[in-house]
Amino acid sequence: MADSPAADSLKHTPLHAAHVALGGKMVEFGGWHMPVAYGTGIITEHRAVRAAAGVFDISHMGQFFVRNAGAKAWLNSVFSNQLGKIGPGQSLYGFLLNERGGVIDDLIIYQFGDEQFLLVVNASMIQEDLAWLQRHLTPGIKLENMSAECAALALQGPKAEAIFHNFFGPGVTPPPRLGVSVIERNGLTIYVARTGYTGEDGFEFFYPASAAESVFRELLEIGRPLGLIPAGLGARDSLRLEVCYPLNGSDLSPDRTPLEAALSIFCALDKEFIGVEPLQKQKAEGVKTRLAALKMTEKGPPLRSHYSVFHQGERVGELSSGGLSPCLERGIGLSYLPVELAKAGTPLEIDIRGQRYPATVEKKPLYQKS
Amino acid sequence: MNVPENLRYAKSHEWLRLTDGAVGISDHAQSELSDVVFVDLPKVGRTVKAGETIAVVESVKAASDIYAPVSGEVTEINAALADTSALVNTDPYGDGWMFKLKLADPGEAEALLDPAAYRSQIGG
Repeated sequence: MADSPAADSLKHTPLHAAHVALGGKMVEFGGWHMPVAYGTGIITEHRAVRAAAGVFDISHMGQFFVRNAGAKAWLNSVFSNQLGKIGPGQSLYGFLLNERGGVIDDLIIYQFGDEQFLLVVNASMIQEDLAWLQRHLTPGIKLENMSAECAALALQGPKAEAIFHNFFGPGVTPPPRLGVSVIERNGLTIYVARTGYTGEDGFEFFYPASAAESVFRELLEIGRPLGLIPAGLGARDSLRLEVCYPLNGSDLSPDRTPLEAALSIFCALDKEFIGVEPLQKQKAEGVKTRLAALKMTEKGPPLRSHYSVFHQGERVGELSSGGLSPCLERGIGLSYLPVELAKAGTPLEIDIRGQRYPATVEKKPLYQKS
Repeated sequence: MNVPENLRYAKSHEWLRLTDGAVGISDHAQSELSDVVFVDLPKVGRTVKAGETIAVVESVKAASDIYAPVSGEVTEINAALADTSALVNTDPYGDGWMFKLKLADPGEAEALLDPAAYRSQIGG
């Protein structure tokens, strides 16, 4: 086996030292030096999030604040989903699209006041998203990149709500699903959203980077009796893949539309926004390929992105994401497939180092809580 | 990290037991990989040259090539790994062995690291 490359010149989140102190196995991810797992390993962390709770450092993600009169109308002209559906204290998932309808980034927009918003974007896309938004910005609207000043944590799992209560104390009401609240705790302002990337109930905290470590450690301590453990990017990836949440750069790309990614419910085709025309056209004509979820028929090696996918001996696609599902104990993955094959039950074969392994297209999500 | 005295080591973290030609990966390597979920083993009868890729160990996160520490012929594989690949993590020098080689040139084993040299390579 080969040794991992050196980790010089990678960016650090404000929790970097805490990860190292907790025994985090640090790896490169999108230019960041992040924990892939801690001492107990990815599978243990994955199961902890499904059964109790895990806390992830998501400080590498980008946070942009948008405010001033006209902010909502402007955001609605660059964002694929209909912001008219939400009001203060709510959030909405959607996309920034290029002129061809391809995905620049997927993000959640949180609304606070009538004209006050937080955009949470992917770590590797901060500069590109920012430049793109600035290029389309309406004068008078304030767009602020607060990524370096913000720490962010994701507390995820069935015990997240109980941990929330123990952390914030009695009398503090948690935001409802997809909601967001501004909560003061010991003089610290924490934006708490009921969102996540695991398919479990949970919260995401956004707060000043100067308090990054104290909040992280206190949360871990308060949550530990309920089974809370720190979890790394490895479990974050296997959890999101089980519930078929897309990863930008793998499952989403500037050359694929959200319709092809089977995410059209996050696009309001009846409003004006950048990239809507190609989507309307594609909807009228019908998509030719669609992102499908698949599962290995038998126990075997984990799936990996770029593995070739075959149907009746013919190469029909390649995996955009792949992994091993700890809950299903099978290799699982996502692949763009010709639309006639992207239906549950289609038999496939995956090429792994020259050997073909049987798999089938499955309904999304691959994993559902029983 | 455990580095048994009776084995020889490759810089790429495989170990070789001279008494029976058994090969596996070191405690250090299994700890770096964590969560081994699949081991792709060679076929019995295959001949390999030292340094050639002979097996693949898959952890949740990555696939890692295993190199033949010496040249030879594969005489036996550890079939138990098909169902319980985690043996590589729990018992890397015992039940987690991968395959046995009939050495083509016993002199090649001399070029491998002794326990002290391997220990210093992994900084332990």
